[in-house]
Amino acid sequence: MSNQVVEIFEDKCIECGLCVQACPANALTLEGGPVQVNADKCAANGECVEVCPTEALALDNEEDADDKVTEAKTKEELPTELQDYKGVWVFIEQVRNEVAPVSWELLGEGKRLAEDLGVELTGVVLGFDARDIAYEAISYGADKVYLIDDPVVKNYRTQPYTQAFIQLVEKYKPEIILLGATTVGRDLAGAVATKLETGLTADCTVLEVDHATRHLQQTRPAFGGNIMATILCKKHRPQMATVRPRVMEMPKRDNNRKGEIIEENIELDESKIKTKVLKIIEEAKKAAYLDKADIIVAGGRGLGEEKNFKLIEDLANILGGTVGASRAAVDAGWISVEHQVGQTGVTVRPKLYIAVGISGAIQHLVGMERSDTIVAINNDPEAPIFDVATYGVVGDLFKVLPALTEEFRKALG
Amino acid sequence: MNIIDSNGKLITTICKIEEMISVHSVVCVKQVPDTSEVGIDPETNTIIREGVPSIINPYDLHGIEAALHLKDEFDGKVTILTMGPPQAEAAIKRALSFGADRGILLSDRAFAGSDTLATSYIITQALKRIIDEERVDIIFCGKQAIDGDTAQVGPGIAARLGWNQLTYVVGINEVNIDNNEVRISRKLESGKEIIKAELPALLTVVKGLNEIRYASLPDMIRGARAEIEVWGEGDLELDESKIGLSGSPTQVGRIFPPPEREGGEIIPGGKEDPKGAARVLAEKLIGKEVIPNK
Repeated sequence: MSNQVVEIFEDKCIECGLCVQACPANALTLEGGPVQVNADKCAANGECVEVCPTEALALDNEEDADDKVTEAKTKEELPTELQDYKGVWVFIEQVRNEVAPVSWELLGEGKRLAEDLGVELTGVVLGFDARDIAYEAISYGADKVYLIDDPVVKNYRTQPYTQAFIQLVEKYKPEIILLGATTVGRDLAGAVATKLETGLTADCTVLEVDHATRHLQQTRPAFGGNIMATILCKKHRPQMATVRPRVMEMPKRDNNRKGEIIEENIELDESKIKTKVLKIIEEAKKAAYLDKADIIVAGGRGLGEEKNFKLIEDLANILGGTVGASRAAVDAGWISVEHQVGQTGVTVRPKLYIAVGISGAIQHLVGMERSDTIVAINNDPEAPIFDVATYGVVGDLFKVLPALTEEFRKALG
Repeated sequence: MNIIDSNGKLITTICKIEEMISVHSVVCVKQVPDTSEVGIDPETNTIIREGVPSIINPYDLHGIEAALHLKDEFDGKVTILTMGPPQAEAAIKRALSFGADRGILLSDRAFAGSDTLATSYIITQALKRIIDEERVDIIFCGKQAIDGDTAQVGPGIAARLGWNQLTYVVGINEVNIDNNEVRISRKLESGKEIIKAELPALLTVVKGLNEIRYASLPDMIRGARAEIEVWGEGDLELDESKIGLSGSPTQVGRIFPPPEREGGEIIPGGKEDPKGAARVLAEKLIGKEVIPNK
């Protein structure tokens, strides 16, 4: 035992709560301010020091702490009952038997994780007359597909999809489930994770596997977007994550790939389902096509007011491009939300992205940084957007932008 | 009317006709920082949060508006529920100033650090207490909160209550209390769908749903003066192992500033000679065959 107490540097504490979770003595608390220690409970075992991301905690006798940490590390094995959970699953999302491309992107990412873990990659297909989708999933990388082919799951509805999905999870016990962060994927993920009482991480931008623990390291922008956080789900399986469309790369399709399709029957009685899909309306997208655009010209807060979006439109018209916007411009009411690029808008991967008057908050950058060529025009040389730009112009956008439009008008006719 | 929990167990039967309210909505709101631009100091690695005011999550405002619309139409009642630190009381007062009737704040040290699963558990236990007192027909949530952007708590509550879950609602076409039924439009990636669902139901709403009203002066005064009910751990039936940091399956493993990026080529003269800089930029883009030179 030790009468030593962990030392706290309040100015460094970001209130993430890691230490509170790590402390075996329940000696640490967060009460709407920096972490506090209860000196009576603190056993100075150093686990909090080890996990703190900002070095806000310290123990005098570091050697002693190090020993204890090593000891603690060896204990960090997956509980036995969770070791049965094996394999990576991807939810294959369809609307009217058309598969959301994000599902294929996730098969590509899932393949990498499955190979890393030495397990199978499985696609989960729910639909009616959906066997072709199962074959397609194999051609995009699935080793195996669980297929529920039933009129009751023809269209997505929370209740039957959740029930079917949970039945499969309980039977086959996957360790990782990936879903697209779409209106369907997020609806299903939230319901399934709650029923399974497991962890779910939204909008991951990087997924990695820790080989020793088999934990999925789920990285996403956090705390409003200018910080990255890696989220872990250490004591529960499956580990669930959603990923936004176009964040992961589309894998190559190979029609010669072989895989196994396992058809599953689910007891689902239509009369017990309390929602009906009356109509699905495909909307001719008047606005954006942002997700399919080769060229995007995007405006942000620097435009100052609504009418200045005309300057963005002018350049977009000359280039045959599409108009995008930052969250700030959308929140200011200058342009509608369909134009929003970023973590809460659309993630894009065009050949050319021209950012005008956009400073480049992380939540915007994660939505466009995979564009082939990025141009930034901004009057602040320190703006983070320049860090991702292929070409930057530091200057007054009201002068540079019309001049650029004029140059292209001359060059392209 | 029977209220049933997620396991099909009867929670309560409502039959007090004299106290019947035509439509009772509960709106779950969250107080969030008024900006998505909370930064991190790269030197100290700490969050810069000075001078960031708090607001009601913008999506939740549309939930409040939808609930008030039902109140106007059916002479109903609107209850506001939030979870947060004591200062989240301000969000409730603001909601009351729009015309909501009752405000409840869930606040306790034991709730701090809850992830989305633990949060949905605490809120659901509070909702069960409200439902015990009086029938609830519809719960509204914003589609997501702008600080966490997870969109997980709404579905979590619906799953726990065993209620119909309707997310990304862009239109409420019909609320039929006699038939216990609602028709809504829901956003899809490629358009939208029209859904008919039995009540009670939980709806998460998007910005396009409605226009937010202005608060009237009497309501503003009423909101400012209102006594907010505060419920803590002791006021709810809670399994301690399911709340707070220790009840949260997800943990933050590491927090770090975004990776430093290389940065590209800055074309000189943007300030002194914007036309010249624009010319060089256009040439580079055309030369790189990013843009076809017709």
